[in-house]
This record gives sequence, C-alpha cells and structure tokens, in this order.
Amino acid sequence: MNDRRIGVYMCYCGGNISDYVDVERVRETIANEPGVVVAKTAQSACSDATQQEMIQDIQEQNLDALVVASCSPKLHTFTFRGAARRAGLNPYQYTQVNVREQCSWTHTDDREGATKKAINLIRAGIGRTMLTEPLEPIRIETVPQVLVVGGGIAGLRASLGLADIGLSVLLVEKSPSVGGWVDRWGTMYSHGKNGKQLIAQLVDEAKQRKNIILLTGAELVEKSGSMGNFMVRIRVSGQKEDITANVGAIIIATGFDSYHPGEGEYGYGIDGVVTLPEFKELLDRYDGIPIRDGKQIMDVVYIYCVGSRQDESQENPNLYCSRYCCNAAVHSSILVAEKNPRAHQYHLYRDIRTYGKYELLYDQSLETGSTYLRFGDDEPPVVEKCSDGKVKVTVKDLLTFGEEVEIKADVVVLVTGMVPRRNDELVTLLKLPVGRDRFFNEIHPKLRPVETMVDGVLICGACQGPKNSTETVASALAAATQSASILKKGYVELDPLMASVNPELCDGCGECVAACPYAAIEMEEDQGKKVASVNRAGCKGCGGCVPVCPRDAIDLKGYTDAQIKSMIDGLLKEIV
Amino acid sequence: MAGQAIDDKGISPRILVFSTNNISDPGIDLAGSSHMHYPPTVVVISVPCTSGIKPEWILYAVEKGFDGVFLAADGEECAYLPDCTARTSHIVQDAQELLGQKGFEPQRVRMSGICSVCAAPFVNHMKEFSEALIKLGSARNPAPASGRPGNDVPQH
Ligand SMILES: Cc1cc2nc3c(=O)[nH]c(=O)nc-3n(C[C@H](O)[C@H](O)[C@H](O)COP(=O)(O)OP(=O)(O)OC[C@H]3O[C@@H](n4cnc5c(N)ncnc54)[C@H](O)[C@@H]3O)c2cc1C
Repeated sequence: MNDRRIGVYMCYCGGNISDYVDVERVRETIANEPGVVVAKTAQSACSDATQQEMIQDIQEQNLDALVVASCSPKLHTFTFRGAARRAGLNPYQYTQVNVREQCSWTHTDDREGATKKAINLIRAGIGRTMLTEPLEPIRIETVPQVLVVGGGIAGLRASLGLADIGLSVLLVEKSPSVGGWVDRWGTMYSHGKNGKQLIAQLVDEAKQRKNIILLTGAELVEKSGSMGNFMVRIRVSGQKEDITANVGAIIIATGFDSYHPGEGEYGYGIDGVVTLPEFKELLDRYDGIPIRDGKQIMDVVYIYCVGSRQDESQENPNLYCSRYCCNAAVHSSILVAEKNPRAHQYHLYRDIRTYGKYELLYDQSLETGSTYLRFGDDEPPVVEKCSDGKVKVTVKDLLTFGEEVEIKADVVVLVTGMVPRRNDELVTLLKLPVGRDRFFNEIHPKLRPVETMVDGVLICGACQGPKNSTETVASALAAATQSASILKKGYVELDPLMASVNPELCDGCGECVAACPYAAIEMEEDQGKKVASVNRAGCKGCGGCVPVCPRDAIDLKGYTDAQIKSMIDGLLKEIV
Repeated sequence: MAGQAIDDKGISPRILVFSTNNISDPGIDLAGSSHMHYPPTVVVISVPCTSGIKPEWILYAVEKGFDGVFLAADGEECAYLPDCTARTSHIVQDAQELLGQKGFEPQRVRMSGICSVCAAPFVNHMKEFSEALIKLGSARNPAPASGRPGNDVPQH
C-alpha cells in the first residue's frame, strides 16, 4: 500500500444521518483502515467550527488527503475543497462520500444495513483518495455578458441589476411585450403601487442603460459552451437571421402559469365562477363599484386553495401551497370594499396563511367587513347555478361547528394557485433540473438558492416556485449578484476533468481520435513514435475515449482505472 | 422492509450502480430525499458519463463479489455525447461477452436511462433487478436452477 495520511470526517447532519446510521460505529471501523490517520465525527461537518478543526488537523497531523462523509457531493464539494485549500492541501485530494441522500435517507427502515453500507461507501472513498494526485483546475476567461430569459418583473429587475454592476445584458422575452403577469395588475399589495406602472418604470430604466439589449418575440434556440463562455443563438420572430452571442452566464426568469381549474371543479364553467387572475383584472378596470355582465357586484365568495395542496390520490397532484394566493385574495377583497363599501364578502378557506407582515392585510379585510368560514378537506363547498342568475355556494362551516351555510353570490372567485409554466424546449435545451413539483430546482434552498446543477445557469422568480413580486425581485437580484460573482473575476475555474494518455502504452492506433466528437485528441510524435495526446482546452472530460482504447492506455483524471477498482474493492470489503 | 427483494436466506443481491454526476446521480439522490427505499446492498459509483465505463470494470465488480451491475445512463440527456446511449449499449454488450467468457450470466449487467428526477423509476429498477438476480442466484453461489456449473469465482 502507499503511505497516504488521510483524515476522515463523518457527519451526523443533525440527525439526518445519525438517526438512521450508527455514526460512532462507522467511525470506529473506519479509524482502522489503512492510511487513515484521523477519523472524527461532527454534528455538522459543513459548520465553520468543523471546517476549522479539519484545517487544524490537516496542518498539525500533516494530512495529505481528506474524506468527508456527509450529504450529496452536489451540496458541499466546494465547501470542503475550500477547506482543503485553506489548509494548504490540493483541493483534488479530497473526496466527498454521499451517506445521506444515498444512504441514511433511503434506508430509514434498516439501521444495520445502512450502517454497513456507510462503512463501505467510506472505504470506497478512502480507496479512491489513496490514489488521488494533485490537480489544477482549468481556467476559462469569462465573457462579461449575461443572457436573461424571460422579461417579467424578475427578468427586468435582474437585467437592471446586472447592467448596474457593469455586465452587459441580453434580455429575451418570448411574447410581444415584456412585463409578465405584473403588467396585468392594477393596485398590488403590499405597497399599493400599480403593476402596469411598475413595469413601465422598469422598462423605461432598461431603455436608459446602453448595456441592455431587449428582444421581444424572441426565443433561445441553441446553447453550447460552458460556464464563463456560452454561445447562444436567439430566434426573433419575423427576422430571417438568428442572433448569436457569447455570454458568461444565463439567468432563467420564465415565471409561472395560473392554475386552470377543470370543467366543473368548484363550479368552474358556470357563468359567474372566475379564477383569481380573472377577478383581479376585472376589479382593476373599475374605480367605482365593479360591474359584471351589466350588474353591480354586491356578493362575492372566495374559495381558497384551488389547485394547491391537492389530494395525493389525484393524478399529478399539486401538493404544495402556492403561498401568494391567500394574500392576493385577501388584498382583492380589500380593494372590493374600497370600491363598493356595501359589498358582502365571504372567504371559504381550508387554512389561511397571510404570513409575516401580510397579516395586517388580513386584519384590514376583517375591518372592512369580510366574513371568514372554514371548510374541511373532506367537505369542500358545493357551487351551483341559480335560476335568478346568481351562483349558490353551500358550505359546512367548521368555525360554527359544522353549521351549513348557503350563500348566493354574484361572483365566485376560485383562488387559484401558481403552477409551473410549460417550457419543454427550454428544459431540454439547457438540461434544466426540474423538481418534484415541476418547478425549476435550485441546488440548495438555503445555501445556493439561485444556482442550478448546470454550472453558469441560474434561476429566479416564480419559475422556481410560487413567489409574490417582492420575493421574485429579491431572488432576481440574488441571481444578478451571483452572476457577477462568477463573471467579475474575469475567469472561472472548471474541474480538471480530463483524459490523459500513457505514451508508453499507446501504440498510435487512433481509435480514441475517432471516438472524440470534440476533436480533443490528436496524434503526436513522442520519442520517435506516434502517440495520442489530449488537448486540455478541448477535452470535456466525459471519458468516452477510455473504454475504446484497446491498449488500456487512457485514464480519466479523478476516475482512473486504478481508482475505480480500488473503490469496488472498498465497497465489497467484509465488515467484521 | 418496503420494496426489498430478499432471497430465501434473507440476503438481498449486491448491486453496483454506475451513475452520472450531473443527471442520474441527482435522480438517485432524489429517491433518497423523498425517503423512497431500495435495499442497502445497492451502492453507487458516480462518473461523468456512462460512455466512459470500461467493460473490464463490470467484470471486475462481478468477479470480486457484486451480483449485478446497473448502468444508470443519461440517455438523450447526456451533455457530452449525442450517441451516449449507443456507446453505453456497446459497453454493456462487451461486458456481457466478458462475463460470458468467465462463466457468468450476461443478465448480471443492465442499463437504463435514469433522468435527474427519475427517483421512482430508479427504485423500481432496483426492485426488478434484485428479483431477477435472486432468480439467477448469487454470482458466487448460483442457484442450481440457473444451469451454470456451480463453481466458485471462476479463474479461467
Ligand atoms: C392574481 C394574482 C395577483 C397577484 N397579486 C400580486 C400582488 O398584489 N403583489 C405581489 O407582490 N405579487 C402579486 N402576484 C404575484 C406576481 O404576479 C408574481 O410574483 C410575478 O409575476 C412573478 O414574476 P416573474 O417575472 O417571475 O414571472 P412572470 O410574471 O410569469 O414573467 C415571466 C416572463 O417570462 C416570459 N417567458 C416564459 N417562457 C419564456 C421563454 N421560454 N423564453 C422567453 N421568455 C419566456 C413570459 O412571457 C413572461 O413575460 C399576483 C399573482 C397573481 C396570479
């Protein structure tokens, strides 16, 4: 064996791992593995204190490699590479072992099995680490321009933020005009500003910035390259030639769709039953008493949670809470009361969530005469058409111990939630990760809330999940600053994932040259012999050339033949 | 235990999964974060792309003690190689040939496309593959019904 000095740190993850894996037993077993000099456990390996401890151990014990067994490598690879680097270790001498997503969380029913698996996963990690060599990341010069896809309030605000940081912006909006949903709204909560005016103001500001190019009726149709330098092709409707450009990062701000109730869902389809956005647009058209079909709106019923928190037995249910809708419906009722103080309004809800300062809206709606009734999940209100043109709603009110209440309304508002907007082509083109709720997925909700698994592609606004415009703009500015933190340095560092040829074994057959679609392998003279050689800038690190070599002369750095075999050995080692 | 395939000795087959860093591994992670279950005898090695897997690694894994090897491929989604599926199938074929030469059943290696949200499909694959491997018997002590001579790890 070799004489590596490895430090292994095993994380409890505050119970996420330790509730299902006997972490201390894992540590004891691992401490006896060859090459392991330090074996420790931590409540939270990613905490500053534990990182500090790692750095101290590396320096004091002269460690030359690091293994951290905690969550998925997607979450903290950079955290621990950073710790290794700060301790003076080459960051590629560290291996992340996934004992949470691929162990504790998926074997919550088998503590013994999970504990043994954790031991062998870490052994594989050690096996790989034994054979690591110091590597240097690949540097790519970055292009100081960002592509923003979607010109709603998120895309517009992100563009202004980017422009002000000094990055050029290409803002691409699919529809003929920018603004998204906010461009439809009149008075909005929580500031009482007019949505259309807000958008007009943002568009005006965008026009004043020389470094923002705004394209409407436009779509992204092609992307190549990688973080720091993507090539993008944009098709503008009515124009023959596509526009191509180079950008360093891409921000996706494609927003949401409003839930479309099914025919007959809470009476949808009956004249007088409308969705919240339909009602909001109707309200915004009137300064005085709102009118529908020539009649003043006097009695309004709101039915909450339509299309949200759906029953699991339904086909493709929306299990999530859309979070914006309680506030938006309560706010609409305040607007109704302002426009028509004599109106009667009834809110039929399952639960009300006017979180944070929006609680004041709820108070205000009570003061302006709204009545709240609560229905049970199993007994939703029944909506029927009446002969006099009104709509009858029958509900069992849990707040009055199940009293059955009948209301005749002019308008029944279905408080519809947000659903993901269908954007299949964009998803395919960018390989955007989609979550279980079918909204776009960030890497980590707390630590990396606007980055995606695709390096250099960021997300913000309601394409990520239900958000009101305040939350939308906050995430838009986060995406802008995060892009700047990638691009302002002038270069990005990519993993030095690269194939390398052993010239002693290579017999110059050229199979690998033919197998590489990136033309990253060329034939070279080496000591009088023709051998293959990999070009650092062209190689994407897929490893596709590795199995085609008849002489076993190619290895992918970080995934060498010896490392994979050593991992397999570790995974199979008996546990005594 | 939910959804686990166990043979009559209470042992579930050892399966090595090769996943890909950017696509199938996140799908397998999602199975975990959704608390879906598959047997802990399933372990994963993640690589950039399944087109980079050597058939010899698959043979090595079976010779050393895995009962089956599963390639969780990117399929159409592969960011590296447009012909990734064809390449990976080719690797599987080569591996099957190698396994055959050493007296192992070709059914011990399987591939399927696993996307970044394919948590449930992955869990189902593990269940089905485990069941198929139980029928086949362990790679070290095959079930008599499989018809393969009952030698231990073949050396030839
Ligand atoms: C009825 C209702 C009332 C509301 N009231 C309020 C309120 O009072 N206060 C408040 O704070 N919030 C309110 N909201 C929430 C607010 O509308 C959202 O927070 C906001 O619209 C989200 O902005 P966005 O830019 O993320 O998405 P969107 O507004 O959906 O904009 C997305 C944009 O991207 C474009 N796009 C989509 N796909 C592509 C593509 N592939 N290529 C190019 N462009 C694309 C779309 O055309 C659109 O212009 C309300 C919402 C509703 C439904």
